[in-house]
Amino acid sequence: MTGIFKASARMRKTIGATALLGMAVSSVQADMLDVEKDELTFGFIKLTDMAPLAVAKELHYFEDEGLYVTLEPQANWKVLLDRVITGELDGAHMLAGQPLAATIGFGTEAHIVTPFSMDLNGNGITVSTEVWEMMKEHIPVEGGKPVHPIKADALKPVVDRFRAEGRSFNMGMVFPVSTHNYELRYWLASGGIHPGFYSPTDASGQIKAEALLSVTPPPQMPATLEAGTIHGYCVGEPWNQQAVFKGIGVPVITDYEIWKNNPEKVFGLTAEFVEENPNTTLAITKALIRAAKWLDENDNANRMEAVEILSKPEYVGADAEVIANSMTGTFEYEKGDKRAVPDFNVFYRYFATYPFYSDAVWYLTQMRRWGQIPEAKPDNWYDEVAKSVYRPDLYLEAARMLVEEGHVDEADFPWDSDGYRAPTPAADIIDGVAYDGRKPNAYIDSLPIGLKSGQTVEGTEVVGG
Amino acid sequence: MTDTSHAIDTRSAEREARKERLFTRINKAAGWLDALGLSWLTPILKIAAGDNPREQAGELKRVLVIPLIGIGLFIAAWAVLAPQVQTSLGAIPGPVAVWDQAVNLWEDHKAERQKAVEFHERQKARNDQLVADGRADRVKWRDYTGRPTYLDQIATSLVTVGFGFLIATLVAVPLGIASGLSKTVNGAINPLIQIFKPVSPLAWLPIVTMIVSALYVDTVDWLPKSLLISAVTVTLCSLWPTLINTALGVASVDKDLMNVGRVLQLPTAKTITKLVLPSALPLIFTGLRLSLGVGWMVLIAAEMLAQNPGLGKFVWDEFQNGSSQSLAKIMVAVLTIGIIGFMLDRLMYALQRAFTFSANR
Repeated sequence: MTGIFKASARMRKTIGATALLGMAVSSVQADMLDVEKDELTFGFIKLTDMAPLAVAKELHYFEDEGLYVTLEPQANWKVLLDRVITGELDGAHMLAGQPLAATIGFGTEAHIVTPFSMDLNGNGITVSTEVWEMMKEHIPVEGGKPVHPIKADALKPVVDRFRAEGRSFNMGMVFPVSTHNYELRYWLASGGIHPGFYSPTDASGQIKAEALLSVTPPPQMPATLEAGTIHGYCVGEPWNQQAVFKGIGVPVITDYEIWKNNPEKVFGLTAEFVEENPNTTLAITKALIRAAKWLDENDNANRMEAVEILSKPEYVGADAEVIANSMTGTFEYEKGDKRAVPDFNVFYRYFATYPFYSDAVWYLTQMRRWGQIPEAKPDNWYDEVAKSVYRPDLYLEAARMLVEEGHVDEADFPWDSDGYRAPTPAADIIDGVAYDGRKPNAYIDSLPIGLKSGQTVEGTEVVGG
Repeated sequence: MTDTSHAIDTRSAEREARKERLFTRINKAAGWLDALGLSWLTPILKIAAGDNPREQAGELKRVLVIPLIGIGLFIAAWAVLAPQVQTSLGAIPGPVAVWDQAVNLWEDHKAERQKAVEFHERQKARNDQLVADGRADRVKWRDYTGRPTYLDQIATSLVTVGFGFLIATLVAVPLGIASGLSKTVNGAINPLIQIFKPVSPLAWLPIVTMIVSALYVDTVDWLPKSLLISAVTVTLCSLWPTLINTALGVASVDKDLMNVGRVLQLPTAKTITKLVLPSALPLIFTGLRLSLGVGWMVLIAAEMLAQNPGLGKFVWDEFQNGSSQSLAKIMVAVLTIGIIGFMLDRLMYALQRAFTFSANR
């Protein structure tokens, strides 16, 4: 065993040396970016979608760019954001809503930008076993198994029953501007359950709410559900599969079924950092793009290896089999009901890493929809905010270098994009409302529950419109 | 004939004398061994030195066999009871599973060190290449960026508690002396002691975090902000026993002794070093011992809450990981914390003995 290991180590070294020699001859080595800061600390939350960071470190992509990166798990999303703002962290795996909210001054105010989108999909909504039993009566069955996707229509009678019994129906999400908050709200609202409004004077987000949503850090979700504090939650992996393994809850829907290929986490840096360290920013982006490519390469061939990396205690740390459940193209709903969801985690294909303005705009429309943005804004405001936070220019510059170095293919990137994805057709979203990032106000007005153009929340009432 | 018997006599007398000296030495060491928690070594040494084994057997039973039986019973009860409690992460790990994880953590440590070596090799290759390319100005040497291992976390915790304890001692001893010598000072700080003594570390932590973050702006490499925050929290919780015991020790110095000092018109500094400290030392050390114990306990809580590096963070990370090994790893940490706490206490006790003896001389 050790003999094999030694031999392969030696082989690797030889390959490495040859590669270095090769590079010295070509222009690659000469082109290595002159990074301004080479010792970096990045924060992350224990979730499988931090994979590009772990992979870039473990496969030495950061080192290839001359970067020495330390990865630090953070206790929760708030601590993570605060530490990026104070500069204790140079950058972090972030909720897409975090840079946007910080930049427009909701919650904390700081200009944060992103040159790299980390993944598509990857979340699920889980309910407790008790709620699942109550929901089951309202779900059609085919071949002995419930028909998916399960709409919130099936949850509506349960919520009504809770309310009739005088119990509040509590659900957990990970942060007020998290993807999870918006996805959970989206799903609930599509089934006619009101998730509540935010107002400038009430940041609880529970005005008029039928389901009460509150913040719980991702790794604590299963424990909180087990303790009975919440009846369900929306969180990233592996914390939905963990509930299945523990036998305490049932994931009812993945975000892929709510909105096919919805944008997820981003890599966030302060605008100040990007300005002061342009080459470092490019080097980071290059390493992350390579990591994302590796994760999706050859039809997800590397996923098991990625699972092994993620299961190390310094990264996600959950058991490999729990992580593998969602990382390898499947998803286990009820115990034993394992189904194929090949695109549950997408890191590279479908231009997953390109920071599309339309993704940013979607998050902003949800902030407006639920009152986190109290006043209506014109369409061009959405465009401007998106452009000040999402930086496809930096992304494409990094991608161009990688193409020239031969690490990636020219076809992997949307070179001519104006930053907006083609409108999402109604069929790809669970409530059948199409989304066009160029027309945010029209989109907001077409959503069933939520603030419309002229409306504001005053006290506990919606006025105007 | 007489010559030989004389020689035999002298030889046996010499042997007796040597044995006598050996026993005196063993008896002297017994005090130290006791202080260090190794009292079971004394009877073994005596037997080895030729003492009657039967005489020492009773002592050996008391200090070694019975404690071992106690530990054995505990482990047996643990092994039997643990598998009967099913948590959502599986059964509670028994002694074997915990031992496996202890070994596992050691293997992890070795693997991580190996990765560090490889990291430095890669770095060297890169730098050599830069030099070969005539770009020596870009050569940089960086520290390994991997995660801290379990042993690293233990070291961090020990440094932190040591640092916090040092600050606590530097604050508490002078303040205690002042308050023991002067009724006015004592009256002024006594209510504050009463109020702040029972405050939990978890309540101090947010305040300390904010204040340290505001004041400690230009961080230096050897003292990270997180370490300072943990250390100051330890200080705030652990300085009280030293303070109270020092004040008590100083206040109870023999009045006649103090009067002699007054007659001789000794300057205050002399009074303190020559009269007060020697008599108050035993109580001061009792306070320090209590303080260190409190500090060690507080540290783990502070590290858990603040996510500052150390054993506390290790425990919290494992709790969050929620893997099938997590519970056993946390138990390894609990045992480690207990054993280190015990060793720290023994260390202070040994110091106390050393200083108290010299003070009595």
